[in-house]
Amino acid sequence: MEERKKIIDLQDIIKKFYIGTPNELTVLHGIDLEVYEGEFVAVVGASGSGKSTLMNIIGSLDRPTSGKYVLDGVDMIKAKDSELSGIRNQKIGFVFQTYNLIAKTNALKNVEMPMLYAGVHGKKRTERAKELLTLVGMEDRMKHLPEELSGGQKQRVAIARAMANDPAIILADEPTGALDSSTGRLVMDIFHKLHREQGKTIVLITHSPELAEETDRVITLKDGLVTSIRSGMGGRLE
Amino acid sequence: MNLFFENVRLALFSLKANKMRALLTMLGIIIGIASVIAIMTVGNSLSSYMTGELSSLGTNNVYVSISRREKKTETTEEGHSFEQDNSQASLTEDDLMNREMIENYAETYADKISAIGIQRNVGSGQIVQGTKKIGVDVNGITLGYMLTDNVKLKAGRFFNERETGTSKRVCIVSNKVVDKMFGGNDSDAIGSIVQVQIDTAYYDFTIVGVYDYEAGAGALASYMSMGDTTDMYIPYQTAADIVHADYVVYFTVLAKADVDPDEFADLTKQFFAPYYRNNDNWTIDAYSMASYVEMMSSMMGTLTTAISVIAGIALLVGGIGVMNIMLVSITERTREIGTRKALGAPNSSIRLQFIVEAVVICLIGGMIGIAIGVGGGSLAASLLLKSPANPSIASIIGSLLFSMAIGVFFGYYPANKAAKMDPIEALRYE
Repeated sequence: MEERKKIIDLQDIIKKFYIGTPNELTVLHGIDLEVYEGEFVAVVGASGSGKSTLMNIIGSLDRPTSGKYVLDGVDMIKAKDSELSGIRNQKIGFVFQTYNLIAKTNALKNVEMPMLYAGVHGKKRTERAKELLTLVGMEDRMKHLPEELSGGQKQRVAIARAMANDPAIILADEPTGALDSSTGRLVMDIFHKLHREQGKTIVLITHSPELAEETDRVITLKDGLVTSIRSGMGGRLE
Repeated sequence: MNLFFENVRLALFSLKANKMRALLTMLGIIIGIASVIAIMTVGNSLSSYMTGELSSLGTNNVYVSISRREKKTETTEEGHSFEQDNSQASLTEDDLMNREMIENYAETYADKISAIGIQRNVGSGQIVQGTKKIGVDVNGITLGYMLTDNVKLKAGRFFNERETGTSKRVCIVSNKVVDKMFGGNDSDAIGSIVQVQIDTAYYDFTIVGVYDYEAGAGALASYMSMGDTTDMYIPYQTAADIVHADYVVYFTVLAKADVDPDEFADLTKQFFAPYYRNNDNWTIDAYSMASYVEMMSSMMGTLTTAISVIAGIALLVGGIGVMNIMLVSITERTREIGTRKALGAPNSSIRLQFIVEAVVICLIGGMIGIAIGVGGGSLAASLLLKSPANPSIASIIGSLLFSMAIGVFFGYYPANKAAKMDPIEALRYE
C-alpha cells in the first residue's frame, strides 16, 4: 500500500468548557482522527455530538484542552495565537452554512479577500479570483453583490473564496443546510468536482446521511466520541 | 498597502450605505472644524488687513490724545469712600491741548521727534467748478502730517512755511479730484483756483499739490467715508482760522528711527501729566502704533482662543459620537469580523480596518468643515472688511491632521474591541 500523506492528524483531543467551575462540561472526550491528502471525509452526528466543536478545533478557531493536532505538518498545539490567523489563511478554506460573504462587496472582491490578507498583489489576485469563480460556474456574476445572488450562488462564491489560497483542506460546515435539495445538489457536485479534479482534501460536516454517503469516509460522532468510521459510497465508486 | 486601500474603500462603502448616519456622526466634527477655520479665516483677513493698513501709516508713530481718566476712589472726611463717576463728564475747550503745549513738547524732545502731525477737521464740503462737483473732507494739517500719515504726493509740492504760518488759502487734493475736475491732468490742476463750499460758505483755494489717494492712508479713510469723497488738505492755520478754534484733541508724532516708540509713548504721557494734574476727568494718553497693532492682534488671539475652546468641545462631542457609531458598526458587523478572522485576517488588520473607517469619517467631516469654514469665513471677511479672504493654509492642514487624530483616538477603542473578538462567538452572532 502506498504511503499517503496525513493532512489532519488528531490524537486524543479533549475539549472542556467552563473549566474549574461547577458547570464544567466536556464536549470532546478524546477524539482520534486522521484525514489523508485528497480524501473527502464527512463528519456526521446529531446536534450536541460535538461536531461544531471539532470543526472549530480543526479550523484552528479554537484550541483543544488537551491532545495533539498536526495540520499539514504544522503542530497546531504549539502554534502561537498570532500564527493561527496565518495558518487559517494559508491552510484552511472555510465554507459556512450561512455563506458569510462580506456584505456590500462583490463576488470578485469576496474571493480576493483571503488573498488580500495573504498579501497577493493586485493583478495576480484578480486573475486567480476570476479563475476560481469560473471554476464554480459564477463567471457571469463576478461583479454582483451578495445581496443580488441566490443562496446557491452565494455558496458557490463562498467555495471559490475557500479555494483562494489553495488551502490544504476545505472545511465545510453544513454547506447545503440552508439550501433546497436541488441547489444543495449543485453545491455538492462542486465539492465532488474539486475533490476529483483538483485532488482537494475536504472535510464535510453535515447531519444529512445521504450527503455523507457520497464521500470517501463517514465519521460518526456521538457524545464527543467517534463511534464509527466507515467507507462511504464515494470511496467505493473510486 | 493593498490592505490599506481596501480598508479605505470598505470604509467609504459603509459610509455610503448609511449616509444619514454618517452625516449625523460627522456633524460634531463639521461644526468644530468649521468654526475654527471660519474664525481663523476672518482673523487672518482682519489682521493682514489691519497690519497692512496700519503699517502704511508708519510703525514708528506715537498717537497722543485726550482720554477719559480711569475712575478714582475718593475718601471723604467722614471716612466714606465712593467711586467718582466721570463717565458723564463732558469735554470742554479747557480740557484740550493747545498749541503752546505741543510746541513745548516738540522742543523738549527735539532729538527724538522727526515730525508732528496735527489734523484740524473743518468739515465736509464740495469742490464746485461750473456744473462739476466732488465731495471733499477738508482738513487742516501741519507740515509733519505728510510724514506721520504717509501722504504721498503725486504731483506739485507741499505747503511751505510761509503758507502755513499766514493762513494762506492753498490746498492739496487727491488724484480722484483731479480725475473728476481736470480730466486726470495733474499739471492743469496745479495752480488752478477751485471754489470749495463748506456748509454755506464758499472759499477759494489754489491747488499746489496732488496726492495719491490709493497708495496712502486715504484707503483706510475711504472705507469709512462714502463714494468719491476724499480728504482735501489745507494748512493747519488756515483751518484754525476758518473754524475759529485752535485747540488739539489728538496728534501724531513720528519718532526718529532709533527711538523706541513704546518708551517714547511713556515719555510723552509723563510730559503731559503735569498739565492735567488738576483735571479730574481728563488726561493725555499716548500709545505707539506697534502697541496698537499688538493690542489688535492680542484681541484677535483671545477671540480665537475662546472659539477654539468651543470648537474643541464640539470636536470632543463629535469624537465621542464617532466612537459611539463605531461601536454600533462593529456590533452590526460582528459576523463579518468573525468571517474575516476565519479567512485569516490577523487582529492587526481588523483593528486597522476600523481605525481607517473612523479616520475616514472624521477626515470627510473635517473636509466638509473646512469647506464650510473657509466659505463662511471668506464671506464674512468680504462683507465686513471688503478685503479678499485669507484662509490660513497652516490651519487647514492642522485641521485635517487634527480630525485624523480624532479618528485614530476615538476609533481605537472600538477597533480594538473588534480585533479582540472571539472568532467562534463572532461567527455565531445573529
